Amino acid sequence: MSDLAASTPKTDGALAHVVYVLRSNPVTLLAFSMFAVLLVAAILGPVLVPYDPLASNAALALQPPSFDHWFGTDNLGRDVFSRVIVAARLDLAISVAAVALSFLIGSVLGSIAGYWGGWLDAVLNRLFDTIMAFPLFVLAMGIVAALGNTVENIVYATAVINIPFYARLVRAEVNIRRDSGFAQAAKLAGNSDVRVLALHIFPNALPPMMVQVSLNLGWAILNAAGLSFIGLGVRPPTAEWGIMVAEGANFIVSGEWWLAIFPGFALMFAVFTFNLLGDGLRDIVDPRQRS
Amino acid sequence: MAGRLSTVGLRITHAIPVILGVVVVSFLLTRALPGDPAVYFAGAAADEQSIAEIRTALGLDKPLMEQFLIYAGDVITGNLGNSLSTGQPVLQDLANRLPASLELTLTALLLSCGIAIPLGVLAATRPGSAVDHLCRVLVTAGVSLPTFFTGVVLIYVFYYLLGIAPSPLGRLDFIYIEPDRVTGFYLIDAAIAGDWETWTGALKQLVLPATTLALFTLAPLARMTRAAMLSALSSDYIRTARAAGLTEDKVLFTYAFRNALLPVITTLGMVFSFTLGANVLVEKVFAWPGIGSYAVEALVVSDYAAVQGFVLAMALLFVALNLVIDLTYTLIDPRIGFETK
Amino acid sequence: MSLLSIKDLKVSFKTRRGDVDAVRGVSLEVAKGEVLGIVGESGSGKSVTSYALMRLLESNGRITGGALTYGGIDLRTVRESTMRDLRGREISMIFQNPRAALNPIRKVGHQIEDVLRRHAKATRSNARSEAIKALEAVRIRDAEARYNAYPFELSGGMCQRIVIALALACDPKLLIADEPTTGLDITTQKAVMDLIAELITERGMSAMVITHDLGLAAQYCGRIAVMKDGEVVEEGDAERLFAAPRHAYTRKLVDATPRAGASVRSLLPVDLRSPAPVLTPSEAPLLDVRDLVKTYQGKSGPVHAVKGISFTVKKGQSVGLVGESGCGKSTTSSILVRLADPTSGEILFNGEDLAKTPAKAFARDTRRSRIQMVFQDATDSFNPRHTARHSIGEPLARLTGLSGTHRRARIEELADLVGLPRPLLDRFPHQLSGGQKARVGIARAIAVDPDFLILDEPTAALDVSIQAIVLNLLVDLRARLGISYLFVSHDLHVVRLLCDHVIVMRDGEIVEEGPADKLMEMPAHPYTQELLAAAPAPPVLAEPASSAAE
Repeated sequence: MSDLAASTPKTDGALAHVVYVLRSNPVTLLAFSMFAVLLVAAILGPVLVPYDPLASNAALALQPPSFDHWFGTDNLGRDVFSRVIVAARLDLAISVAAVALSFLIGSVLGSIAGYWGGWLDAVLNRLFDTIMAFPLFVLAMGIVAALGNTVENIVYATAVINIPFYARLVRAEVNIRRDSGFAQAAKLAGNSDVRVLALHIFPNALPPMMVQVSLNLGWAILNAAGLSFIGLGVRPPTAEWGIMVAEGANFIVSGEWWLAIFPGFALMFAVFTFNLLGDGLRDIVDPRQRS
Repeated sequence: MAGRLSTVGLRITHAIPVILGVVVVSFLLTRALPGDPAVYFAGAAADEQSIAEIRTALGLDKPLMEQFLIYAGDVITGNLGNSLSTGQPVLQDLANRLPASLELTLTALLLSCGIAIPLGVLAATRPGSAVDHLCRVLVTAGVSLPTFFTGVVLIYVFYYLLGIAPSPLGRLDFIYIEPDRVTGFYLIDAAIAGDWETWTGALKQLVLPATTLALFTLAPLARMTRAAMLSALSSDYIRTARAAGLTEDKVLFTYAFRNALLPVITTLGMVFSFTLGANVLVEKVFAWPGIGSYAVEALVVSDYAAVQGFVLAMALLFVALNLVIDLTYTLIDPRIGFETK
Repeated sequence: MSLLSIKDLKVSFKTRRGDVDAVRGVSLEVAKGEVLGIVGESGSGKSVTSYALMRLLESNGRITGGALTYGGIDLRTVRESTMRDLRGREISMIFQNPRAALNPIRKVGHQIEDVLRRHAKATRSNARSEAIKALEAVRIRDAEARYNAYPFELSGGMCQRIVIALALACDPKLLIADEPTTGLDITTQKAVMDLIAELITERGMSAMVITHDLGLAAQYCGRIAVMKDGEVVEEGDAERLFAAPRHAYTRKLVDATPRAGASVRSLLPVDLRSPAPVLTPSEAPLLDVRDLVKTYQGKSGPVHAVKGISFTVKKGQSVGLVGESGCGKSTTSSILVRLADPTSGEILFNGEDLAKTPAKAFARDTRRSRIQMVFQDATDSFNPRHTARHSIGEPLARLTGLSGTHRRARIEELADLVGLPRPLLDRFPHQLSGGQKARVGIARAIAVDPDFLILDEPTAALDVSIQAIVLNLLVDLRARLGISYLFVSHDLHVVRLLCDHVIVMRDGEIVEEGPADKLMEMPAHPYTQELLAAAPAPPVLAEPASSAAE
């Protein structure tokens, strides 16, 4: 199939298209730059930070932000800035892993349900109805409480509660295109059902899914942070934004604001970035944006 | 009208398999505990005998199907087990604390609907105006706000810095006396008792947590209202209405807004889901004595019966709310009955 | 004095790519009691003109110049509140896509009441009876019952009657009809247009009928203005316009409009009329359909979409399959192209029964390449992610095993064959015009040299001038490649131009079939007669230009 379109101009075109999308929409450009900052923090964080995020120093406890400690120190004298940066890796890893899982499982289930319909569709629908019948955060709490209090289980719980979103979206997108002219034309060209679904219909569901992915990354981070805020999953002394806000919250009433505020801002920054990213990602995977 | 009634009946019967599914899932959650669930349910301080008692009570020596039937029977009779930390039946604990959660959640929802829907409508009718930009900023920033963090910031600003909010500890400052319990909603109970001092005190405690929760739900509601209103306004029937010379009020409210309300009501389901979840976090931040903080406290001491009872109760509450949403939708949209036939 | 006068109207739209002038200096007059037709192809600015005079332009549109006067009132400067009083009471409008034009969740009776109450033509107490009167005025039977209906419960034709009732409820003096019958079935179209014409005469109204269909305009309008690119290129008496068009564009439109007595070449502008190829279908049957039945389970019991039809397509023959929506013609064509399975019946293709191979397995059948199809909606039939080259190449790759430079060469050969400039091959569907997409669709269908081609309303969405070119292309291809066609359409005039033999379907059954000329000249079945009578009949041209090409 690859030789259908001459390959050289296509890769060129794709790259040029990304540049075009970034250039034509300043918000997208901003979102991608913010995402780059997050990525750098996640990948190089431990190398970049000035202090060991776990090293406590009782003499320097609860110092307000200063030149030495940009974000101040916490009740154990740990450097808040280092902890905030280092936490990016764990928080991003949890959300990316969870969203990737739900994207994969949801896409497959949703495609099958949307293309073939029938009893399989009915069964899957019931299953998703049941998952969605729980307030999602509460279900995640229940799952983590039941499966055990570990980071992996946070990933699984977050994935489970997000699967119905992808499955429903893909189901709808596949379903409206199931009998479309181009799907029929692909069959006339000798493609089997599976090929039509995988190569012709599913790729066209990608643009709206990209918006969902980026929103979900945001939710997933909020979800994971929320779970650790109430003491599930990640445990102290690990640096993680949710826990840091939880720990810092105890000091807010006495005025030591920097303990909770900085990790909270980091969390907001991440969620905000992902939310902004959605439209840009969609434009990149949508060929109709090419002019 | 008979068709409408049968549609309503159909909607209610639709809820039954969902409730069944909810019970199955919560059963699976109680049995998914690694190792011997009886040990978990008996708690850390249990001796051999109490573990054995729990094991018999849960029917763990029986086949899974039978265990499920026992569990389902317990759920129907309201037996959710005993809480380890309070020693009370879980159902009773939940019933005692539910009004606190409901008062908080409903106040927050009223607040956010009251702001988000007019804001969304204004933004849609004046695209490109200041209101529209405000709406957009709120929507994008709003969904990025972690509820627990918003709560912490609000406490810092209004309690620590400005000193205008009461200390974030519970529903009522200790200087007031709890009103006699009628509904369990302090605002209503105090009003019934005519105790306006307590009413003000309860309101003061409620403002910050309710605002926190409302800020969180504001964004999805405003976004949906704006989008639904925009799409309604650009539809053909609005053009027809305008071409017939109908007044702008009529066009906006009778024609556009009623149609736009349909997707907004659908979104409300999702918003409820978020709100009930976020409720747990807000209750923890403000030490609000509702079922959310009950569950969090139970989690800390591994009080599984309490946690699972809480999950089940929340799910049933949510199913009930969704049913109300569905019924509202059915009443507004004449097409629904037709489709299900 | 004229009722409405438009002088040098200019309208422009703000878009992301700068300002676009949609209307560039249009001047029109509508006298009392006159029906003016505005005819043009898509993008000619004909609808924008009417929205401008109603001051109902979308928010990015603006009147940039000219004067609009209605009964002495300057519509450009009058206050918005006065304008609202005029809309619905003095000037009314009806639209295309009538179902969408009605509020989906409000009873149609209440929608009419809203208008009556707004213009003080009814009070709270008599609104209901006045609304029912308005429904009766548009010849709706059982108006009391219809009063309580919601739009989704009514047919498209009935919805259009409601829209007309709503527009005429307050006795306006000017009616603007914007493509009022586009999308409706041909017999419904006639009923609706006759009703509008009748009401106009009855009430002595003036009207502006905006349409893409020159034939329809000629039949119902006294005077016609032809628009192109935001300008009126010619204006005049309907008869005169047809008999002696002065502007080249009018000439082209008149020629391209299919009508009785025209040949497929005569649709083209004079300078493009090459002699039509001589087609000699053989007598050997290619496709023999026997007792084809399709029944599927609907929401309320079984639906009999096709009720046991039989017909034959000979080698090299072009057969037309005609009928209104829901007659089973689309179901039949998707069964024949082997995308769907029949409930029973035989599809003998070169003597082999194709129905024995389930549609699911047919994609990998060796006979897949023998039967291909050109789809109705050119936009919908292309994968938006694939370039034209990719789309044409796909059947070649899957069914012929042609690869690399051979395939490239074949794709370019096909592009030349259908008259698609080669540089356009690397464009995505959204970057191609309707006519170009039609060519790509044809190139894709003939890529694997099929013996039998199903054409499912391939020109339904195209402007008439483009339709003329595509129809001629199809005639040429058939002559060159010797393919047999099954041409599915709702338009008898178009079918006659392209087909040797015509089959008329209704309710899943064949009501009549026969040689195209004979069937059109002497239809035997009342339904065929009704279809023919309903088709808009442009005046027959009697001057030499069109007959020269015969």
